[in-house]
Amino acid sequence: MTLTVPMVFFVVMAVSGVIGALQVVLQKNPVVSALWLVLSFISLAGMYVLLSAPFLAAVQVVVYAGAIMVLFTFVIMLLNLRHDIDDGLHHVARRVLGWAFGLALAAVFYQMVRKPWALGPGGTTTLESLQKTGHAEAIGLSLYTDYLFPFEATGLILLVGIIGAVVLAKRRSDLVASRAMPAAPRATAGPTAGARPAPVVGEPMKTTAVSAESHREEKQ
Amino acid sequence: MNFLETLPPLAQHWIWTSITMLAIVGSMLGLLPIVIWAERKVAAHIQFRPGPNRVGPFGLVQPAADVLKLFFKEDIVPAEAHKVLYVMAPLISLIPAFVIFSVVPVGPNVIIADLNVGILIFLAMSSLAVYSIVLAGWASNNKFSLMGGLRSSAQMISYELAMGLAVVSVVLTTGSLSTVRIVEGQQGLWYAVLQPVAFLVFVIAMFAETNRTPFDLPEAEAELVAGYHTEYSSMKFAIFFMGEYMNMMAISAIATTLFLGGWGGPVLPFVPPILMGIVWFVAKVAAVMFFFLWVRWTFPRLRYDMLMGFGWKFLLPLALANVMVTALVRYWWLHR
Repeated sequence: MTLTVPMVFFVVMAVSGVIGALQVVLQKNPVVSALWLVLSFISLAGMYVLLSAPFLAAVQVVVYAGAIMVLFTFVIMLLNLRHDIDDGLHHVARRVLGWAFGLALAAVFYQMVRKPWALGPGGTTTLESLQKTGHAEAIGLSLYTDYLFPFEATGLILLVGIIGAVVLAKRRSDLVASRAMPAAPRATAGPTAGARPAPVVGEPMKTTAVSAESHREEKQ
Repeated sequence: MNFLETLPPLAQHWIWTSITMLAIVGSMLGLLPIVIWAERKVAAHIQFRPGPNRVGPFGLVQPAADVLKLFFKEDIVPAEAHKVLYVMAPLISLIPAFVIFSVVPVGPNVIIADLNVGILIFLAMSSLAVYSIVLAGWASNNKFSLMGGLRSSAQMISYELAMGLAVVSVVLTTGSLSTVRIVEGQQGLWYAVLQPVAFLVFVIAMFAETNRTPFDLPEAEAELVAGYHTEYSSMKFAIFFMGEYMNMMAISAIATTLFLGGWGGPVLPFVPPILMGIVWFVAKVAAVMFFFLWVRWTFPRLRYDMLMGFGWKFLLPLALANVMVTALVRYWWLHR
C-alpha cells in the first residue's frame, strides 16, 4: 500500500463517510442528523469520482444531497420532531430490536461483499471502454436498452406517488374549506377563503414555540 | 517559461491549475466591492438619486467603509439559537459559488476543471445552496427566520426543476455535458437565439435561485423582517451579503456559458489576443449582473402563492415542452 493521491483521497472520503453515517444515529437532534447524512452522501459522491464515475457522483449530489435531504430537513422543520421520538415501545425493547436488526443487516452486507454475485453481471463495460465512450453515455445506453423495463417501472411508481400526493392534498384542502366556511365571519368567508393555502403557512408559527422549548431541554 | 517546460506534465498541469484557481478566486473577491458599489449606484440612478458619492471618487471606496462598519458592529448570537449551525450557515452560502466557478470556462483553455460532466457540477452545487438559508432560518430559532427558511427551500426546489430542464435543452443541443464543449458549440450562433424558451426559463429561474427580487420572498423585509437573516449581525450578516453577490456572479457566469457564447466574440481593437476571450467573458457577465440589478429596482415582489403557482403550473410545463421539442428536432436532425 503506497501513499498515492487517490489513496489519500480515498481515506479522506472513507473516514468522513463513516463518521457522517455514525453521527446520523448518534446525534439526538433530527436536523443535525440529517446534515451528517448529507456529509455522508457527499463522501459517497467522492468515492464515485474515484471509481471514474463522475456522472454518478454529480447525480448523487443533485438527487440525494440536494433534493431528497432538503425535503427531509423541510419536513423535519415543519413537523418539529422532538429528539425523543415516542413510538410506543419500551426503551429497552427499542435498544434490543435496534441491535438485533443492525447486526442482521451487517451480516447481510458482510456476505454481500464476500460473494462475487454482489458485483452484478458486469457486462462488457470496462474502465477503458468507459474512458473512451464517456460515463454518461454508457449509463444512458444501458438504461435505455438493457434496463428499459425496470427504468419504465420506476417511472410508473414515481407517477403513482405523485398522484397519491395530489389526491391526499386535495382531500385535505376540501376538509379545510368545509370547516372554515361556517366558522369564519362574513367579511372573510368569501369564495377565496377556502382556496388560500393558509394551513401550510400557519403551521410553523405554532411550532416555533415548541422548538424553543426543545432547545432549552437540550441545554439541561 | 523554460523552467516550467522542464517539469513533468502532471506538475505543469498542477501549477497551471493552481494559477488559474488563484486568479479566478482572487478576481471574484476583488470584484465583489465593485458589484456592491454598482448595486447602490444603479439603485440610486433608477430612483433619481446620486447614490454614494462621498467616500472616494464616485463613492468607489464606499464598500470598504461599509465592511469596516460591519466589522466593528457587535456580534450577537441569540441565546436560544443552535450555536454551531448558526455560525455555519453563512459560511455554507459561499461554498457553492466558488465551486461553480471551477467548471466555468473563463477563456479559451482558461478553466480550473474541464470535466466531461461539468454542467452537472453546477446543478449539484446550486441544489446545495439552499442549505445555507434553511439552516440560518432554523438555527436562529425565530419564527420569522424559520418562515424565510421554509419559503426558500420550497421556492428553490420548485425553480431548480425548471432550471435543470432548461440546462437539459442546452445539453441536448450540444450533445455534451462539458461546459467547454457547450461554449465551443455556440461560436456560430448563441444558444440564447437557438433556444429562446430555455433562455427565458433559465433567466426567470436564476432570479429564484439567488433569492433576488421579484423572488426575494425568503427575506421579504415587509412581512418577514428580513427572513432568514433577521438574527444575524456584524460579519455574519456581511458574509450572507457576500454570499448573495457571489452566487449572482456564479449564476451570471453560468448563464453566459450556457446561452451567451461564453468567451466567444468578435476581435476587439487594442486588446491583446490572449486576453480577448477573458475580456468578452467579463463583459458578458457584467451585462447579466446589470440585468439582475435593473430588475431588482424595477419589479415588485411576487406574492407567495403566485410564485409557487407560476413555477409549477407555467414554468415547469414550458421547460418540459421545450425539452421534448428539442429532443424531437435533434432526433430529426441526426436521422435526416
